[in-house]
Amino acid sequence: MSNINSAQYVLFKLNDEYYGIDISKVKTIEKIQNFTRVPNAPNYVKGVINLRGEVVPVIDLRKRFNLPNKNDYSNSRIIIVTVNDIDVGLIVDSSSEVLQLTAENLDNPPHVEGNVTEDFIKHIGKDGERLIMILDIEKVLGIKTNIEES
Amino acid sequence: MDVNQYLEIFIEEAKEHLQNMNENLLNLEKNPDDMELINEIFRVAHTLKGMAGTMGFEKVQSLTHQMENLLDEIRSSKIEINVDIIDTLFECFDVLEEYITSISISGEEGNIDSSGLVNRLNALLGNSKNEEVNEEQNEENFDDQIRDLEDHVINILSKAKEDGYKAYSIKIRLDENCMLKSARAFILFNKLEAISEIIKSEPSVEDIEDEKFDFEISLIVLTKEEKSLIEKEINSVSEIEKVEVAEINIGKIIKDQKESLGKKEGNKAFVKKNKSKTPSTTTNIKKKKNNIVGKTVRVDIDRLDNLMNLVSELIIIKTRMEDIGDDSKRQNMNEAIEYLERITTNLHDAVMKVRMVPIERVFNRFPRMVRDLSKELGKKVNLEMTGKETEVDRTVIDEIGDPLVHLIRNSIDHGIESPDERNKLGKDETGTLKLKAYPDGNHVVIEVEDDGRGIDIEKVRKKAIERGIVSEDRAKDLPKEEIIEFLFEAGFSTANEISDVSGRGVGLDVVKTKIESIGGIIETKTESNKGTKFSIRIPLTLAIIQALLIKLKEEIYAIPLSSIKEISTINSEKIRKVQNQEVILFRNKTLPIIRLNRIVGIEDNINKKELVIVIVKKGEKEAGLIVDELIGQQEIVIKSLGKFLSGIKHIAGATILGNGSISLILDVNSLL
Repeated sequence: MSNINSAQYVLFKLNDEYYGIDISKVKTIEKIQNFTRVPNAPNYVKGVINLRGEVVPVIDLRKRFNLPNKNDYSNSRIIIVTVNDIDVGLIVDSSSEVLQLTAENLDNPPHVEGNVTEDFIKHIGKDGERLIMILDIEKVLGIKTNIEES
Repeated sequence: MDVNQYLEIFIEEAKEHLQNMNENLLNLEKNPDDMELINEIFRVAHTLKGMAGTMGFEKVQSLTHQMENLLDEIRSSKIEINVDIIDTLFECFDVLEEYITSISISGEEGNIDSSGLVNRLNALLGNSKNEEVNEEQNEENFDDQIRDLEDHVINILSKAKEDGYKAYSIKIRLDENCMLKSARAFILFNKLEAISEIIKSEPSVEDIEDEKFDFEISLIVLTKEEKSLIEKEINSVSEIEKVEVAEINIGKIIKDQKESLGKKEGNKAFVKKNKSKTPSTTTNIKKKKNNIVGKTVRVDIDRLDNLMNLVSELIIIKTRMEDIGDDSKRQNMNEAIEYLERITTNLHDAVMKVRMVPIERVFNRFPRMVRDLSKELGKKVNLEMTGKETEVDRTVIDEIGDPLVHLIRNSIDHGIESPDERNKLGKDETGTLKLKAYPDGNHVVIEVEDDGRGIDIEKVRKKAIERGIVSEDRAKDLPKEEIIEFLFEAGFSTANEISDVSGRGVGLDVVKTKIESIGGIIETKTESNKGTKFSIRIPLTLAIIQALLIKLKEEIYAIPLSSIKEISTINSEKIRKVQNQEVILFRNKTLPIIRLNRIVGIEDNINKKELVIVIVKKGEKEAGLIVDELIGQQEIVIKSLGKFLSGIKHIAGATILGNGSISLILDVNSLL
């Protein structure tokens, strides 16, 4: 699916860097709300929320990417993504933009040790001066591989 | 033509027809001479052929066509039925079932090859008689129809003749792609009734209205009009493949009738003739009765789930209003809430009932399975099923099939002895396998009972020691009941030889896990040489349960009421440690203590002296769960945590509380 000439991405910010998720995977974007902690779950699972009658698990992307914790989550957003019919929420610092990127604006990620496990990044997108890390959301959620490291 | 929208209906109906065919085949095996069964199977094969043809499934079509030919020969006594034929029919059924399964998965028939079977059917037919036979048959039927006219019809005919009417016999064949057959037939009838009077219709008008016919309709009409006009009128209706109109020579029929009367000793012969006819009409009636099914509507399961969700929401809101009502203490409010409660309870019951399906759905596949298995293992088994009509929730139905299959296999493979052995033991050569279901309060009990050799306790004991499940010393003194429990341990199998049927080492432990995962329990009773009985007790539904809400620090958790024995308080100083396990002497019994806060990862509250414990049970096992605070009992709607969080330890699911927050449901079974 990576060779589509042009695709739209939902952009969000995490630790002052830009990330993108394929818009077709995104269901809604929600304001932060109360979580119910789930004991014995992987540490990056923040908990579950009540999304209009459905129980949806929420992942703290900062924890997932081993980024420093944030003190104030009040401005954070939850991006609800649907992967293989599974709904999962992702906590991000902010999200307000949808961006169209063509294939020539997408590069393969460099094989260098970064501050984010590079496996999670499918492409690097260029939008003027901004660099956008396009996430491989299946890998982030560990849904396809089913290998969870905590 | 876009047939996809009909695919679901096709699959549903095909499955029903196959089920019907399966039952009739099994009965036929027992009563090979029952022509009614042959007729029924023929009818099913024919219907399937028509349906498959409409949908363009050629393999199904050709196979059923060949089955139809064979059955027709049997029906007309040209071929004698034998074991070989029945076996072949069973194989045809299997292949058909595979086709339908494949269609339901991929929308295509798949590449199962049935040409071998078709050839075998052909071989059974003797020579390859084909289409022509069918044609002939049709012609014969045509004459038959006129010949077999009932007396009252003949009376009407003779009267009509006097009044100058002509009688026509009309055969109409609807296009096989015709989707709304009964509607089409209705239009047809309307047209004909405008110009003529329909005095006989085969199939009957009721059957046509209910779509209980294939594509052919035979009519006898009276009219003063010409044949060509009738043909023209019929042909003006679309989706009609073939029309045949023939004038009936009324005079000749009446003469024939009279002749047959005269020839055969007057009235007696007439009575006889009537008599010979009576059986066929009664069987017809019988068949019709069989076809009467309760008035049902097919509903997509998703829609039901949606309805169920809405009811769940209503229950949540109701609970929320109860909370508000408590605060405001206004009389009217309380009354309204009580009323609301009554309605939601009723609505809940009603929706639950809609979701209930008879356990028959699961049981239906067993007769065939038992037949095949007993043949394969050279055993004689008689399957007795009772309580097929017992209803359970759809969610439960999906879960209990596999465990039951396993228990039945187990009983036939390990329980019931070979005919020789049974003879020696002075038992009836044929073993009996009883499958019984009955409701018991909010639960359903299913029993699988055989009259075989029973479980060899000593063998199990030995094996358990061998497998290192229990030490030799301990095993010596264990009572029978506890020894049997070893059967449900992982990796335990008593069969000396690994057979294809069961005893592959994955077995009863899987059954037990599955049953427990849906909140059920399994019990075993066995007596040497008398037999074994497995009893499964499962809840009627998995969707809504009564639960006790408790608090651990600030978090609220739900414990299913069904697993709670009692609630009590204990003094923290009385807790003792035995082999690293905290216990307390409670009602003169040692009760293991589980600190729930540790299970969910919350630090201990050391200062508390008086502790609240919730005593939970699983079978015979009990334990006391220490909680911080009790909130109360509530009806909760179980929601899954979803695939992403599946397999989280000690958590069975989640529920949404009245204030909209989520509380997790503890999996008590996993704690004990």
